[in-house]
Amino acid sequence: MIDKVPTLPRRPATQPSRSGDTEAESRMADPTTVKMRSRGLDFYYGANHVLHNVDFDVFAHSVTALIGPSGCGKSTFLRTLNRMNDQIPGARLTGEVSIDGNDIYDPLVDVTALRRRIGMVFQRSNPFPKSIYENVAFGLRIAGVRDKRVLDETVEESLKLSALWDEVKDDLNKPAFMFSGGQQQRLCIARALAVRPEVILMDEPASALDPISTAKIEELIEDLKVRYTIVIVTHNMQQAARISQYTGFFYMGDLVEFGPTAKIFTTPSEKRTEDYVTGRFG
Amino acid sequence: MAEATATTRSVSSSPEPPRETLAQRSRWKRLLSPLPILTGFLAVCVITMLVVILWNIVAGGVGRLTWEFMTGAPTHGMTEGGIFPAIFGTVFLVLLMTIAVIPLGVATAIYLRYYARPDAWFARAVRVAVNNLAGVPAIVFGLFGLGFFIQFVGRGIDNAFFGGALTFGQPAIIWASLTLALLTLPVVIVATEEAMRTIPNDYLEASYALGATRWQTISRVVLPNSLTGILTGGILAVSRGAGEVAPIMFTGAAYFLPYLPKKLNDQFMELGYHVYVMSTQSPDVEATLPVLYSTVLVLLLLTFALNALGVLIRYRLRGRQAV
Repeated sequence: MIDKVPTLPRRPATQPSRSGDTEAESRMADPTTVKMRSRGLDFYYGANHVLHNVDFDVFAHSVTALIGPSGCGKSTFLRTLNRMNDQIPGARLTGEVSIDGNDIYDPLVDVTALRRRIGMVFQRSNPFPKSIYENVAFGLRIAGVRDKRVLDETVEESLKLSALWDEVKDDLNKPAFMFSGGQQQRLCIARALAVRPEVILMDEPASALDPISTAKIEELIEDLKVRYTIVIVTHNMQQAARISQYTGFFYMGDLVEFGPTAKIFTTPSEKRTEDYVTGRFG
Repeated sequence: MAEATATTRSVSSSPEPPRETLAQRSRWKRLLSPLPILTGFLAVCVITMLVVILWNIVAGGVGRLTWEFMTGAPTHGMTEGGIFPAIFGTVFLVLLMTIAVIPLGVATAIYLRYYARPDAWFARAVRVAVNNLAGVPAIVFGLFGLGFFIQFVGRGIDNAFFGGALTFGQPAIIWASLTLALLTLPVVIVATEEAMRTIPNDYLEASYALGATRWQTISRVVLPNSLTGILTGGILAVSRGAGEVAPIMFTGAAYFLPYLPKKLNDQFMELGYHVYVMSTQSPDVEATLPVLYSTVLVLLLLTFALNALGVLIRYRLRGRQAV
């Protein structure tokens, strides 16, 4: 269990970001606490070196957007945060990734417990071919929860948190496939929320949705950041600007620039960042 | 497009302009080639043979297909009466076989797909073994069953638990069904793996991302979603097993029994073996012909029905995946 790893006290952001984040500090109510951190992270698929020496901070109770052209490594980076890349044969990683100061790649870490702390929502909505109820309850059932009352309460709470409850409360036993793409994606968010994670990773959660569904997901992300820490990969520049407080720009496996979203989009320090956010390439 | 291809081709090979397009040329070639004529003729031959066989069996056997025939026992040296003991034995046999082959086949498929590294020597060895198992002649399975199950395992049980008294060390339905299970194992493994291959990776990722272990993912996501495929494999195995005679003739099938098998170490009558017995071992083969026809018809109907069920389930499975 990850809990057995000696817990270090939560470190404040002693080494904030490369571009400095005084602006963000003044804007955020909570003095920025680093929830997750990577240092010197290199990642390989076989001989393919896809992430180069990435130092990244994810601040608690904020939305961090990862932007960059396709194949730049932003999704790979996202998946190193909950060790989803462990599944991929030939994947290798050096450097450090930590949550609350604890190394998540420590051999003592229980990956399943870690993934309960760090939930994930995928690009394509992927509800199980089960009912709404069973989809949301899945994470609890595999964690060994049998109490019907607890399950019922958590399912309801999670669906309310994901703003889906009013639409599905009478259809909890209907198969998830009967609902629209946007509803399915919110169901996937509810399913991730049900295990009460601390961090939620979202890999282009709205890229397959229509504008109205996208707006709903964005609204939801806005609400969720009060309780959770959110890291979101997006191709949509406006979306990143709208919903995130911090933005990291990846290009060809490098973290080119990281800082408060407002700064990245208005006065980036790097030429490449400026070119990308102004649409000159990508 | 064909024009363009033909032109570029001719430019590189000869300076003369092409008289016909490639499409025209290939059409001529196709018409003049002996291959379409030959393949067409062979196809007609195959269909004719199937129709003749089926027609012969249906015409000869349908007259006797009565309730008494289905529920009675053979009488008068198998020239009269019914085939109920053989039907009962067949069902009992394939039931035991299914109980043995499904868990073994599914477990192997799970191992190959989700636990073994694809390049591991052991997984490769298992795959080679499975593929070769499917090519081993049925009679070899029969001999293996006799040598391994009866003489080795059965005798061993007798010596260990029955003080050497002949109990399991003789032909019996349990050994015949286990032999058939070995024979049909590749069918189940292949069908199960096929079903598991169609499960979207998205489901597995969703499960892992919620903190599921590999086994939880297999038991709660993979198995429920490959159930139809496993069922298809089971039915195909049953239809294959129900038609095999060679593996059971040394391991438990009986020429004639006045009783139905009740215990695992009883011998049994079986439809395919019954056909074999009537057509070769009967004192008066001519006199058994009417019964023989009807027995073959029942056997065919049984295997056809099982195959059709397998196809139907697979079809429905595909339909659901399309959604």
